[in-house]
Amino acid sequence: MPKDGGIGASSKRREDVRFLTGKGRYTDDINIHGQAYAYFLRSEVAYGKINGIDTSVAEGMPGVVQIFTAKDFEGAGGIPCGWQVTDRHGQPMQEPKHPILAEGFVRHVGDPIVGVVADTLEQARDAAEAIDVDITEIDPVLDMRAALADGATKVHDELSSNLCYDWNLGNSPEEAEQVMNSAHHVTTLELTNNRLIANPMEPRVAVGDYSIANDDYTLYTTSQNPHVIRLLMGAFVLNIPEHKLRVVAPDVGGGFGSKIYHYAEEAFCTFAAKQCMRPVKWTSSRSEAFVSDAHGRDHVTTIRLALDENGKFLAIHTDTLANMGAYLSTFSSSIPTWLHGTLMAGNYTTPIVSVNVKAVFTNTVPVDAYRGAGRPEATFQLERVVDKAAREMGIDPVEIRRRNFITEFPYATPVAVEYDTGDYHATMDKLLELSDHAGFEVRAAESKANGKLRGFGISHYIEACGIAPSNLVGQLGARAGLYESATVRVNATGSISVMTGSHSHGQGHETSFAQVVAEMIGIDEKQIDIVHGDTANTPMGMGTYGSRSLAVGGSAIVRATEKILNKAKKIAAHLLEASEADIELKDGTFTVAGTDKSVAWGDVTLAAYVPHNYPLEEIEPGLEETAFYDPANFTYPSGGYGCEVEVDPETGKVQILSFTAADDFGNVVNPMIVEGQVQGGLAQGIGQALLENCAYDENGQLLSGSYMDYTMPRADDVPMFKVDHSCMTPCTHNPLGVKGCGEAGAIGSPPAVVNAVIDALQRGGHDVKHIDMPLSPDRVWMAMNS
Amino acid sequence: MHNFDFVKPGTVADAAAALQGDEAQPLGGGQTLIPTMKQRLAAPETLVSLIGIAEMQGVCKTDAGELSIGGATTHATVEAEAASLFPGLAGLAGRIGDPAVRNRGTIGGSLANNDPAACYPAAALATGATIRTDKREIAADDYFQGMFTTALDEGEIIVEVRMPIPEKSNYQKFLQPASRFALTGVFVAKYADGVRVAVTGASEEGVFRWTEAEQALGSNFAADAISGLSVSADGMINDLHGTPEYRAHLVKVLTGRAVMAAA
Repeated sequence: MPKDGGIGASSKRREDVRFLTGKGRYTDDINIHGQAYAYFLRSEVAYGKINGIDTSVAEGMPGVVQIFTAKDFEGAGGIPCGWQVTDRHGQPMQEPKHPILAEGFVRHVGDPIVGVVADTLEQARDAAEAIDVDITEIDPVLDMRAALADGATKVHDELSSNLCYDWNLGNSPEEAEQVMNSAHHVTTLELTNNRLIANPMEPRVAVGDYSIANDDYTLYTTSQNPHVIRLLMGAFVLNIPEHKLRVVAPDVGGGFGSKIYHYAEEAFCTFAAKQCMRPVKWTSSRSEAFVSDAHGRDHVTTIRLALDENGKFLAIHTDTLANMGAYLSTFSSSIPTWLHGTLMAGNYTTPIVSVNVKAVFTNTVPVDAYRGAGRPEATFQLERVVDKAAREMGIDPVEIRRRNFITEFPYATPVAVEYDTGDYHATMDKLLELSDHAGFEVRAAESKANGKLRGFGISHYIEACGIAPSNLVGQLGARAGLYESATVRVNATGSISVMTGSHSHGQGHETSFAQVVAEMIGIDEKQIDIVHGDTANTPMGMGTYGSRSLAVGGSAIVRATEKILNKAKKIAAHLLEASEADIELKDGTFTVAGTDKSVAWGDVTLAAYVPHNYPLEEIEPGLEETAFYDPANFTYPSGGYGCEVEVDPETGKVQILSFTAADDFGNVVNPMIVEGQVQGGLAQGIGQALLENCAYDENGQLLSGSYMDYTMPRADDVPMFKVDHSCMTPCTHNPLGVKGCGEAGAIGSPPAVVNAVIDALQRGGHDVKHIDMPLSPDRVWMAMNS
Repeated sequence: MHNFDFVKPGTVADAAAALQGDEAQPLGGGQTLIPTMKQRLAAPETLVSLIGIAEMQGVCKTDAGELSIGGATTHATVEAEAASLFPGLAGLAGRIGDPAVRNRGTIGGSLANNDPAACYPAAALATGATIRTDKREIAADDYFQGMFTTALDEGEIIVEVRMPIPEKSNYQKFLQPASRFALTGVFVAKYADGVRVAVTGASEEGVFRWTEAEQALGSNFAADAISGLSVSADGMINDLHGTPEYRAHLVKVLTGRAVMAAA
């Protein structure tokens, strides 16, 4: 019998009432009296030296309030990077300045040069068209290998080269090489992980407001982490102390990582609001989003896997070039390193793992986390090379994985992390069952009879979520802690407001977090509201990314609720004239163990606020508690994914016939929400595998700069998914036993899709070993016919 | 978008007069022009809407056995009204863009724009259509003059498109995955006196006829008839979504499929 509330219930998402009826309140819905509009004149060239900017005509145009260039921001700091990576020689990464508006040089198409503030957006655009920017073009740096060649043009003159860092994790390359040299078999795979653009449904928006009365600022922004924006922008860019800066991220229409970062436009609108003495609003167009939102992925990798004669993995060696773009976005440096290298052991007992990453500056939009963030890149190369090795050695791809699965926990990998729990055979079993793997050959024969090539591909992923233990990430270079916070405010009549530092931009926190508190107290979910997104009324929190909200933010809520319950028990004991040790809580009622004496939740909470009969000498009135939770370890969701495809050999078109996901997320609070998260992740993973391709031409112009050329997955591109999370090995170190589910779909699915296509082609007699994503029809056909 | 004047005349003569003004531009369904204006890539001073002109609306069969389509007829109307008279054309119209595009976009607008990946040019060329304007009649073979280029003069209005109705026809469109325009599209039309094959989406010169296939299919209207032919990749479009070789290959595959579907 499914539960109708609390942990484990598929409670309907309460936020959907407003989202599905057009009642959401997004940043662009915020309009402040007297507001002016910002428009950015952006670079149309990939690299160039700015000789001069003539704004004289524009300044006199109708409606123009003020025009800003880099000179106006001389007193401001650059946009900071939040993670300092130390390279293999112990040196800090090269970290160029990232100005709010271009200083002397433009370094990518879309780099903002001038900000125009006017009464209306159209007036600001008109004025921007009248600005003359004199730029001498420089041949752009685009290809990462060429960028690292001796004598290459530098993206930043002040740096010694285009190399941000050269980083190594796990075993040394020499140790791996030694194993490779004597191994029975070595499988090598060169691949790219295609550059992606996040494309949340809601583009970015910022509204800056300044109050001369209070000398304080408010920034409304499309952010996954308003406290982080307040810290970064206030402390590092504009020099505004926290008590004079409020950041509000109201309803946010999707982020997928791209709204974690502090962007120049946020600082601009906040700064300009005071300069202009008017609120200043900027709303990104979709075209602007393509050239100003941080991109994702963009790795070029060579991976080698050494195996013994039985298919046991002996060593993994990877060499990756990771594109940073022109500047370091907030978390960019950590993605190809600590969120990528640490996952390179996968589900396997490989004793030697050597990960090598060179991060490279190019004249492209900055690259940062995108759903999965480093972990999809790790999973893709590992699950592809394992499949290739299986084929080369004549071992079934399921069997080769089973022979190498980790089965004893905790398991310390060679790449710095310790998996606390998991059962990879269980998720593999579940995958094979749900996908009817046994019936595949019959289906393949049917396809063949219809002139189609059918293939089945597997991937078995692991990810590190619940980011992250602060002391650990501090050692690794993070410039912030990664705890989460919660304040549980119980009102006099027993209703509850939970203020969380997590931020919901589609994840359903308002529903699932309420379920957690309802379960702990034994009251109806409807008595609990979740408050998030405003630094003025939530405790300092680190926000939502890395599948961390329930594992870290939910744990903070548990800890705060535990404090509430401890105090409520003291009040109940007083009211019941019993010992606190004898008080039990069940279904929202406190009872004295072994008696029929009881007091209801609402009577206890009322006593806390109307303390006429109350132990005032022992405890304070009121019932409100705050907790900060810092995790002891990452969490390690894992799962088996299976994709079945049909390839049209005449056109190369791939159709996904079925996709099965068997995940282990530990305990699950709301199965319906989890299923939705996995489905969304799968759609994005399939998008990466088959459709999405952010491409630049040789001049650094974005070829896929609109939906005419950038292929977002549509409903008819994805199958009906089979999603299962019945395999549960609860996380051992957080109070809910949860692991996180937000990114799994995007992490596990791309290699399953590519493995399926390669399987189909091989079965059809085409000796195709690899195709770089996206596996668009032309690429598949070219691979079959070359 | 810059400011502009908007007029919506009720007759072809009034529209033609309005288009004499400086920087005046005709507006069909606006499915290309309006987004272009929003991006400030076009800034006409006056837009002359053609959709209020009654004589440019609707679909009917002429006494000569042709399908007559008013120049301002939407794709959705063609899909519905040509369904029994000319199912091959109705099928093409019903798969242009999405419902919003089909309910606004017009055949005249599509042919005047002559996007190299648009669908209608393939039908017009494959049927040997006659493009009737406010000034003259133009044969399809003379009308299409390369990517975004036609025989139309500045301000000339497509009043009517007349297509000889084929005995058999079919349009095969292979979708460009992002835009869902034709990466390559082939319209095959079989008449008593021969077969015409027109290809869109593939060539840098815009829509073209594959005459070798027309000859082969003229003597044997079966997919096998073209099995020995090949299409040169010279002059085919090269972009993110397909090489010239791939497009050339698709021309043959889609022609075969169109013949199979039509036969």
